[in-house]
Amino acid sequence: MAKDSKKLSIIAFSGDFDKLTAVFTLATGAAAVGYEVNIFFTFWGLDAIKKKKGRAFVGGSKLTKMFGFMMGGLKVAPNSKFNFWGIGPKIFRKLMKKNNVATLEELVEAAIALEVNMYACEMAMHVLGLKKEDFIPEVKDVLGVATFLNLSDGGQTLFI
Amino acid sequence: MATKVLDITKEHCPMTFVKTKIELSKLSEGDILEVLLAEGEPLDNVPRNAVEQGYDVISVEHVEGTTHKVTIKK
Repeated sequence: MAKDSKKLSIIAFSGDFDKLTAVFTLATGAAAVGYEVNIFFTFWGLDAIKKKKGRAFVGGSKLTKMFGFMMGGLKVAPNSKFNFWGIGPKIFRKLMKKNNVATLEELVEAAIALEVNMYACEMAMHVLGLKKEDFIPEVKDVLGVATFLNLSDGGQTLFI
Repeated sequence: MATKVLDITKEHCPMTFVKTKIELSKLSEGDILEVLLAEGEPLDNVPRNAVEQGYDVISVEHVEGTTHKVTIKK
């Protein structure tokens, strides 16, 4: 049986393609070797768990809808470097496929299959006018700092 | 008792052990998973992780070139 004492909790703050790849690589790798894994998505990181993977006007007010459109979802996540107006991530995806390295989408699928716990930040959702229904159904719950600290207690925590 | 073959010779970290774990979770108790993998990281880690998670590694055989076969019993 898995050693249930091992735990990794990741705060996914960035919505960048490359940093999200790091989040999901660590999350799936840890889950596959028996860790309990929690990912707490906040601010730009929330883009990764949106139901609408492209650009869509999600949000409450006119302003947050505009933000929602500009931020976009997983498919349009920008690179933190070498973005080149969105061409950068496309090149990376191609390189990863060519070299048989898992793409971000495959890693997210694997994280779901491995039952990685995904949570959304209540405060950031409030600011951006996002509702739990705007996220993929695998998002377990909407949390605040106190609950996240409770969940991550006794394990390792990363901020990406 | 079923036997399943999983080829991860072309995969890289973390998909080598991620795919192994997902396949193992789909099997029933007593089923066998034959994992074809490459030397280096996969050969070092896949059998070790399987043992750590309570599965039986029945054998590790050299197939050809850099390919090895790890037989795991759930």
